[in-house]
Parts: sequence; C-alpha cells; structure tokens
Amino acid sequence: MRDFEYIAPKSVEETIEALSKYKDDAKIIAGGQSLLNILKQDLMAPEYLIDIKNLSALDYITYDDKEGLRIGATTTHHTVETSPLIIEKYSILSEMEHTLAFPQTRNWGTIGGNLCIQDPTGDVAPILIALKATVKIVGPNGERILPMEDFSTDYYETVLEEDEILAEIQVPPIAPRTGIAYSKFRIVDGDAPIVGAAVSFTLKDDGTCLEARIATNGTGPIPLRIPDAEAVFKDKRITDDLIIEAVETAGEAMECIPDIVASDEYKKRVAKAYVKRMARKALSQIQ
Amino acid sequence: MKKILNFVLNGQPYEVAVKPKTTLIELIREEIGLTGPKIGCNEGACGACTVLVDGKAVYSCSVLALQVEGKHVETVESLAEGEKLHPLQEAFLDDGGYQCGFCTPGMLMAAKSLLNENPDPTKHEIRHAITGNLCRCTGYVRIVDSIYDAAQRMKHEGGKES
Repeated sequence: MRDFEYIAPKSVEETIEALSKYKDDAKIIAGGQSLLNILKQDLMAPEYLIDIKNLSALDYITYDDKEGLRIGATTTHHTVETSPLIIEKYSILSEMEHTLAFPQTRNWGTIGGNLCIQDPTGDVAPILIALKATVKIVGPNGERILPMEDFSTDYYETVLEEDEILAEIQVPPIAPRTGIAYSKFRIVDGDAPIVGAAVSFTLKDDGTCLEARIATNGTGPIPLRIPDAEAVFKDKRITDDLIIEAVETAGEAMECIPDIVASDEYKKRVAKAYVKRMARKALSQIQ
Repeated sequence: MKKILNFVLNGQPYEVAVKPKTTLIELIREEIGLTGPKIGCNEGACGACTVLVDGKAVYSCSVLALQVEGKHVETVESLAEGEKLHPLQEAFLDDGGYQCGFCTPGMLMAAKSLLNENPDPTKHEIRHAITGNLCRCTGYVRIVDSIYDAAQRMKHEGGKES
C-alpha cells in the first residue's frame, strides 16, 4: 500500500469541503472491507484518504409510515441485519444482510460503502432496486435523489462526482399485496455471489399485477434492472407460463462475463433459474 | 506523516504514533508486539487476524489502525486472567478445539463476539458465526463442539463473564 494523507472529517460538510479541495487526489473510505484490498494491491493510490467510518451523522436507521425507511450510509451491515425495525418491516433486507460476506465484514463494513464500491456481484443493490429504493447524494451544491438503479454506471464506477458522497438510502413503505424474494448462488457460505436475483410483485385487488420488479447481480457491469421482463406481467394475472416468458426475456438482457469460477453461459443459466425461483417465491408470499 | 492514535487495547490505554497506512494487525503485532492475532491471507478472508472492536469481531488486517480512535480493542491475549484460562480456552483444550493452533486466536475471538451477543447459541448459529474463519486442519466439528461447550460452562458459571 502506498502512503497517503489521512483526514477524518467530523461532519458531512467537512467531508464535502475536503473532497472539493482534493478532488481526484482523494478517496473516501468507510468500512474499507473492499477498498483496503484494492489499496493493498496498489490498484488505486489516492494521495488523501478521507475516512467517514466514524461519522456518526450518517449512522442511523429511521422509519415513518409515510416516508418509509431511511438508512444512513455509514450504518454497518450488522446494524441493518439486527435492526428490530428492519426485521419487522423489511425482513428481506435483514435476511440478505445475514448472508452477506462474513460476520467480521458485516461488523465493520457499511451499507453505503457496499453500494459505492460497485462490485457487480454485490447483494445489496438488487434488493434495493426490487424495494424501489432511492439514494440521497450530497455535494457542494446540496442534495440530489436518484433511483437505486441509476446509481451504478460501470464496474466499480458510480454516478458520484468527485466532490459528492452517498449519504442515505431511502426505501418507501412496502405496498399492500406485495411479495419480495432474493437469493444468490455461490459455492461456499461467505463467498461473493456468482449471480443473484431479486423479484418483487405487487398485485391489484382483482389479483392482476400492478407492478413487477426484477433485478439481478453478477450478470453484467452493474446491478441489472430488467424492465422488459417486468413488463411481461403488467396488468396480467401472474401464471407460471408468464414467469417462464419473463425469464427468457430477462436472459436476453444479461451480459455475463466468464471468470475463474464460471463461464458466461453457465452464469446466465443459473441467473435465469434464480429469476424463475424468486418470481415463484415472491408470488407465493402475497396474501 | 505519522498521526497520533488513542485507543484501548486489552483494557490498557495506548497513545501511539502511526503511519496512516498501518493496518490494525500491523499495529498490534509489529508496533505493540502482541503476536496472538495472526496474519494469514491479509485480505479479510481467513479470519486468523480476528480481534474485537467494541465487543464485535472484525478482521484486523482490513481495518486501518487510525479507524479505532477512541475504541476498545481486544485480542486473544485478553481472554485469560493470569494463569486462569477463559472458559472458551478451557473448552477448546478439553474438546480438541486446538489443532495446529494457527486459526485458534481468530476462532476464539469470533466465538467471543458471538457469545457477547448470544450467550446460548445453537450449533447452527455457531457454524454461522465462524463462517469467516478458516481452519486448514479442517477441525471444524471439534471447534463447534468446543464453542458450544464453552457457552454451557459460562451459563453454569452464572453470568460471571462479561
């Protein structure tokens, strides 16, 4: 690891000031569970490391029936996993966190850091897309709010400008008659997912589909929302034939790349199987 | 340029000057000289470097030393009180939880983190709690049994352990 200057700002404002001053020469670190490995390999060598790990202003979980859930970016995975509020209102999020990496990683790593590092196999983003989450970004000119699916731009790249940080994750209340499911494929517990899929359905009173969301990880450079596959269900009664049609459509959007673990073809087949299973599971959860 | 770090290690306050790129494991082993926690993979996968920060297990190879400013860090050296072993250490001895010993400091601290949060875990919960710790002797059955046994011993001691 190269030497760097270390800055630990005491507030969001100080963080933005430091970023505005050092721009490209600076990098934000939160839990650093991915970033430190990148720095150790000298794949990145910032002159200034701005540490927001202990920034308590971004460490919170709140809920209100109208606005929904708000999670500060430096909240640890473990805090999300064990939050009674999240277990009660958004159990899918807690269940995902329970299987994210290792206990040690979850105890120190942050949910915001996970999104910002933008590892395309990350667990957090597809669930947040299925939950219709938005992210709050703060910079020198104030805040902007973006849908989760518009946050990532490429492998390890996001929309964040050099003087902006991800401050908050916002999840609206879950609509009545909604089912949500996520699962991922990996070889050993704690490994990064090879691929994963999140599906949510919201039904109208007459039992037809009001809204579907389908998002996958490990199937391209960014967490992939697949509107063409979602559209298959619009205003229709969800049947297994329809699910299979949507899975085929979803497969066409996936651009899996081969790696040491699996070929592109294999990943696509597994990802399609997971979309199918999660669609069936999400549907089965609707009362 | 070095920075001043104040933190508590195994109950003792420290003020040390560290280079910003120093990881917590480098500080503990190379600067302070406690060699209980091990450097295995040095990338947050093997668990040999596991220590507690404010009671929770973390990979000390994947934490910058400066990030523990004001926090309480515990290594395996904190478990025994003089000659008196911690129930986790006794159970590892009695039940064959120690094999070659390299993973042990990390296993013990991952177990301590679990028991801090859940004093009466099931074997399934124990297995989940040590997913981040590799034992290349593959002695997991004995390790899980040891942790389970330690929890029972600590329960019978009547909550004397913190």
